[in-house]
Amino acid sequence: MRPEASFMELDILSLRKEFPVLDQAVNGHPLVYFDNAATTQKPKSVIQSLVDYYSGYNANIHRGIHTLAEKATRAFEETRESARQFLNAAEREEIIFVRGVTEAVNLVASSFGKMVLRPGDEILVSGLEHHSNIVPWQLAAEALGAQLQVIPVTEEGELDLQAFEQRLSKKTRLVAVNHASNSLGTINPVKHIVERAHAFGAYVLVDGAQAAAHLDIDVRDMDCDFYCLSGHKMYGPTGVGVLYGKRSLLEKMPPYQGGGEMIKEVTFEKTTFNDLPYKFEAGTPNIADVIALNEAIRFIQRNGKAAIRHHENELLGYATTRLQKVEGVRLIGTAREKVSVQSFLLEGMHPFDVGQLLDARGIAVRTGHHCTQPLMDRFGIEGTVRASFAVYNTRDEIDRMIEALERISSLRR
Amino acid sequence: MTIEETQKAIIEEFSLLDGDREMSVMYLMDLGEKLPPLADEHKVDFNLVKGCQSKVWLIAELKKDRVYFSADSNTAITKGLVSLLIRVFNGHLPEEIVSADLFFMKDIGMDRFIGTQRSNGFAAMIQRMKQHARSFQPQSDVKA
Repeated sequence: MRPEASFMELDILSLRKEFPVLDQAVNGHPLVYFDNAATTQKPKSVIQSLVDYYSGYNANIHRGIHTLAEKATRAFEETRESARQFLNAAEREEIIFVRGVTEAVNLVASSFGKMVLRPGDEILVSGLEHHSNIVPWQLAAEALGAQLQVIPVTEEGELDLQAFEQRLSKKTRLVAVNHASNSLGTINPVKHIVERAHAFGAYVLVDGAQAAAHLDIDVRDMDCDFYCLSGHKMYGPTGVGVLYGKRSLLEKMPPYQGGGEMIKEVTFEKTTFNDLPYKFEAGTPNIADVIALNEAIRFIQRNGKAAIRHHENELLGYATTRLQKVEGVRLIGTAREKVSVQSFLLEGMHPFDVGQLLDARGIAVRTGHHCTQPLMDRFGIEGTVRASFAVYNTRDEIDRMIEALERISSLRR
Repeated sequence: MTIEETQKAIIEEFSLLDGDREMSVMYLMDLGEKLPPLADEHKVDFNLVKGCQSKVWLIAELKKDRVYFSADSNTAITKGLVSLLIRVFNGHLPEEIVSADLFFMKDIGMDRFIGTQRSNGFAAMIQRMKQHARSFQPQSDVKA
């Protein structure tokens, strides 16, 4: 351990062995998986946790009095406590399990939107947002007579904070912004955004989908009103995510969906609702995946965000330097602070074609608009090739991508 | 050449690539580059083939009872794909196109090197071309 570092450097080659999917050939080449911003691969502990649940103690939770139900309930609620610690939320009641960020934003836009939005109010979203943090607000705005405003993006792919300031007003009711951009990797100054929004009496939702696997998250320090993440982008299973909301707000919000779990008492005349967090968890939840999410959190904690980020930053720096030297490559997104995502274009070629040729060499990248069409419009492009790195990626893998790109670039010229 | 003969010629050309994915994709892109570009006036939403992830504009005309397609795309691979179909169909009678059995894609293992999404897009192109051919058939021949 170096004296200045507060973490151990990770042994990536042994860490890779925890991910069974990485050990395979694709189209005759060892798999290089650079599509981590879309979904990360899963360590054995997460996969085993799913197997253990279904083969050992599958049961419906909360109201069962038998032993299996008890065990499943305990494991489920343990994840809630882990998620609370992961986000540094004050109380477990502030942690709501959802399917992912999309559902979390829809829940807030629908329930909280109904509660606070009035005709003439403004919702401020950023130009870096994923469609899942745009469309629910458009729907809410349309239903409630509010207006959508946009924080513009600079040429480097950063939010224009001066323009943000200008757009804030007493009409601003809500600001929705991501912690990190899925297309460009830009890390947004969320604490500053929250502070400024609160100064105008606006609430803030932060989409943490691209931050959860990489950055330290402290919702109390950030002081955001809502924060959400998706399990599958942080080494966990698909179909599970977390919505954090301040207790004072969650308590006042009307339920999002009705059904079992979320009620206290039901008569045909009137239904009273359950306490937090269950008020927002109608129906049998995704028990298995919630339980397995705990293992994903443990995987991140075991390795440490500082060590993960250190490795990923090295990969990003290396990839960016090498990409810039490939003939015809244009980088999209050069913000000063980024998570390990690099978008680029190869001159004269459509991203789909580049992606297909990389796939022929076993290299998985994402191509297209990455569900951020307004952002692509901002740059006047249809889409990008996006390489996104996770803790298990290596410099050798980046070398292989660069080699393939150099070959494509020379053959197509 | 009949539709069947053209397909056999395509299969033979691809067999020289030995199933190599990268070479096959590159070859498709080369084919695409040889396709004459469509005039901008035809690159309108009306001519877009629905069901393709890439943009594919397709137009058809009837000259002396024979159908001629022209197409363009924003991606090189897709341009190559549609150029194969144009090569197979162009200069044939509407009924030949409507009743054509296309087998070359399977023989060259196309879905292996272009993936499911593009395969679906490719199927959409075929469907659109057959629709065009059907619209050129005399009314009495059109089955309800």
